[in-house]
Amino acid sequence: MEGLLNASSTMLFTAFILYLVATLFFGATIKEKNSEQKKSGFAGKLAITLTILGLVAQLIYFITRWMASGHAPVSNMFEFVTFLGMCLVLAFIIIYLIYKLNILGLFALPIAMIFIAYASVFPTEIAPLVPSLKSYWLYIHVTTVALGSGILFVSFVAGLMYLIRQVDQRKRDARVVSLEVVLYFIFLLLGFILISSVFSAMNYSAIFEYDLNGKRVMTEYELPAIAAPNESTLVTEGVMKPWFETPSWMQGSHAGRKFNSVIWSMVVGSALYGLTRLLLRKRVGAAISPLLKKVNPELLDEINYRAVAIGFPIFTLGGLIFASIWAQEAWGRFWGWDPKEVWALITWFFYAAYLHLRLSRGWHGEKSAWLAIIGFGIILFNLIVVNLVIAGLHSYA
Amino acid sequence: MKHIKCECGHVNPEGTVLCEACGKPIEGNQHIDGNDKKKLLNMRYEGSARRSTTFNKSIVDKVWSFFSSVKVGVWLIVIALIASGIGTILPLEQYIPANAISRDPAIFYPETYGLFGKVYYQLGFHNLYSSWWYLIILASIGVSLVICSIDRFVPLYRALKRQKAKRHESFINRQRFYSQTEVVSQEEINTVKKRLQKQRYRIKEENGHIVAEKGRFSRWGPYVNHIGLIIILIAALLRTTSFFYLSEYVWVRDGELTVIPGTDSEYYIENKKFILDTYDINDKRFKDALAKEGRIIPSNFQTNVTIFKAEEPEVIGVEEDLVKINDFEIRMNEPAKFGGYILYQQGYQINEFSKMTFKIYQLNDPEAEALGEFTVDLFDPKTEYEIDSEFRVEVVEYYPDYTLTEDQVRSKTKDSNNPAFVFNLYPPGSEDAEISFVGDVIGSAEDLGIDTSAVDLQPMGNVIGSFAPSIDPTGENQYRILIDSIEFDRKSGLSIKRDYTIPFFVLGTLIFMIGVIQGMYWQHRRIWIHPKKEGILLAAHTNKNWFGLKKDIEKVIDGTSIQMVEEQKEDD
Ligand code: HEM
Repeated sequence: MEGLLNASSTMLFTAFILYLVATLFFGATIKEKNSEQKKSGFAGKLAITLTILGLVAQLIYFITRWMASGHAPVSNMFEFVTFLGMCLVLAFIIIYLIYKLNILGLFALPIAMIFIAYASVFPTEIAPLVPSLKSYWLYIHVTTVALGSGILFVSFVAGLMYLIRQVDQRKRDARVVSLEVVLYFIFLLLGFILISSVFSAMNYSAIFEYDLNGKRVMTEYELPAIAAPNESTLVTEGVMKPWFETPSWMQGSHAGRKFNSVIWSMVVGSALYGLTRLLLRKRVGAAISPLLKKVNPELLDEINYRAVAIGFPIFTLGGLIFASIWAQEAWGRFWGWDPKEVWALITWFFYAAYLHLRLSRGWHGEKSAWLAIIGFGIILFNLIVVNLVIAGLHSYA
Repeated sequence: MKHIKCECGHVNPEGTVLCEACGKPIEGNQHIDGNDKKKLLNMRYEGSARRSTTFNKSIVDKVWSFFSSVKVGVWLIVIALIASGIGTILPLEQYIPANAISRDPAIFYPETYGLFGKVYYQLGFHNLYSSWWYLIILASIGVSLVICSIDRFVPLYRALKRQKAKRHESFINRQRFYSQTEVVSQEEINTVKKRLQKQRYRIKEENGHIVAEKGRFSRWGPYVNHIGLIIILIAALLRTTSFFYLSEYVWVRDGELTVIPGTDSEYYIENKKFILDTYDINDKRFKDALAKEGRIIPSNFQTNVTIFKAEEPEVIGVEEDLVKINDFEIRMNEPAKFGGYILYQQGYQINEFSKMTFKIYQLNDPEAEALGEFTVDLFDPKTEYEIDSEFRVEVVEYYPDYTLTEDQVRSKTKDSNNPAFVFNLYPPGSEDAEISFVGDVIGSAEDLGIDTSAVDLQPMGNVIGSFAPSIDPTGENQYRILIDSIEFDRKSGLSIKRDYTIPFFVLGTLIFMIGVIQGMYWQHRRIWIHPKKEGILLAAHTNKNWFGLKKDIEKVIDGTSIQMVEEQKEDD
């Protein structure tokens, strides 16, 4: 049992390292003359091989953890986000095999790795399944949603690369600024991961007590409290005193702790971003764009669309159809307007709009790229905000 | 109708942009698809004549054009998207938590979310998804789907069916993929043809003009998927009627036999046993997570039931017979199915209070014997209890499901989940009553660290009652009322559904998925070879995946003198 679980974590770590090395080799392909496509050089072949090995390692993580816990490891935030990371890599491999565009790896893999790192911020204990989750439809639903999201993620990456390549960095206009904001968000996520790992390595803990619906409850902060829960008292001694309280309109369990994490991510992420800007002496987008000079923007646009064309049906199947079948089995209602469901519907509407705009109104290139970015933004919103904030308001399942 | 005859001899319907047969742009209609301002031809619907772009006079024409416009369709989708998002900002009425200040939306929203909540409630957003305007948006999407599909399908079908291998030169050289080769041998053309066939292109020839085509059926994908969507929308409409969709809820106590609501008294259910299993806190696998969670987590809850059917009695007036249908073990994710109905395990209450016995004691007399005793049947509480010893107890307030919030005392539900009483006690011969508060057993059990949602209280019914408070608010009482014993019931909450719309949803979804996959995973590719003196013009078109088409062409002309197609761009 313990052995299995240890093996499992080791494999996850191995996968992470393999992805990292693969990214370096994808980076090395930029120097090769024939970077566009077709017969890729040695570095490219090595890079994709390493990526596939990484995926295999992660698959072993998945299987061993399944064996240890007795259920598919997709049942809490840590497990699901890790699995999503795996699907992002899988989706990247699929699209890579079609288009053989090495530089795609240089962008897709690091972002997939950020997801895996983000997952590890959540509690990693194996959690028991509550009765409503005990259904094989859960596995079918979750795996198809994750795969669909993974492929839509590739569309996001292609869109991002397109914009970095095409947006003119010489003048400072709305497009440049918006693109920079997207990149800044990645820094915020990095900031969150960084600060969380630092304090969790130190085993930091500060416990607060506060009233929730007339009951005294406790919440544990794993980051020093800048914002305490509303009307709370600090129980732990010898830790940093909070600077202020979370406003009372932020409701739900652990609202204070989540708000505190957001503040920390802003602070650390902005510091990281500022430091990067200082070192680069230009916008991050401007610094990356030379890497993409040799890439054919039409090809990026094509990948963007193709990924949506492949991902949309899979997402529909997993996020709407399998989800409804499962809800029907569990609760006897295949659709209940639960926030999670509604946001899946919104995602679906959005990509339907994307397809129609592209097909019938000729929204290609830059417009398509922006839509791909917003679309994946909605998926992330559903994953992070709805899971951690909105759904927390509901005493549901 | 005005018909337009093309120089190739084909007669096209009014409004045609590109001749159905040879593709020659038809003079005077080029503005319709915007070809007049572009170098490349708009190939969207093969330049066929669509009703929406041809007629625009009568009001019917205007409505038709409106709903067949993709611009309008996308706007409708975007509006539906934004509206759906608004509905998730605050919980819907049906998701107001059981322990909220009040389940009355008029109180819940303003109290919990302040002014924003008040406005949200007054705008009706707490029921957004069943509001008339949301339904109108969805219905408009439906209308738009029907009209846009009809508008395009027929002309597109005609155009694709009538297309000829021989295309007008101005059609060929205004394609996105295009090349010119001065000299090409017949042999090379034959090789190309063979290779095209090998790649499963269908080839049509006419005086040396060639069109190679594959995946045409994928063009019907959008229409197929839209039909699926329309079926889904119709099913959703049907579902609002009680014939197609029935949903009821029933609570059944252990051992109880009761009629199943919604079945016209046709079916009965007997709750043989309700079972609640919880995770063992010492389970190696889950130890850490359970410790962190700090409460008991159920692993399974199930109701073992027998379903009976009521048979019409042969003699009128005689009681009907119950005939056993089957035994079921109903669990979460494992509903019971019988006679078109489905029974789902939904909730449970393992500590429902059924009877409470109280005893009256003299205050400040620890050794005292009980002076009187009375039992309250919580399913049928009385307003007054006369006791042999001539005490009289009046029930002033009864909270079946007592809770104390910041500023008020109230009952969360009407079920006796945590009874509390305010009694007026009239001592023998006295006209003046003593007031006392007794109850909130659950509150005191939880203070003792018992998780009352997962632990049976029945075995400790007598002990647990003695921990419950008995409060003398005036401080002048001579007597006090204490809980002596409690009896609990366990009950299981089951929902009953009968849904005749499911087959429609399944059908609609199936058709939708087939259509989407058909349109997305296949592509319609065409390659034209247009002979010119010694050489040829080569052109190609696809509705998506130009990369794949390019690879196809590269393969078929590999090693021949034919020029690879160039990607033509707009000059602007
Ligand atoms: C949420 C609702 C809708 C969904 C999920 C949907 C789905 C689709 C899909 C997947 C395609 C194929 C796109 C592609 O091949 O890239 C398509 C095409 C199309 N849709 Fe929709 N659609 C919806 C609503 C509408 C509405 C309201 C209209 C009304 C104007 C519309 C008009 C069209 C048209 C004209 C096409 C192109 C057909 C063709 O290429 O021949 N759709 N739709």
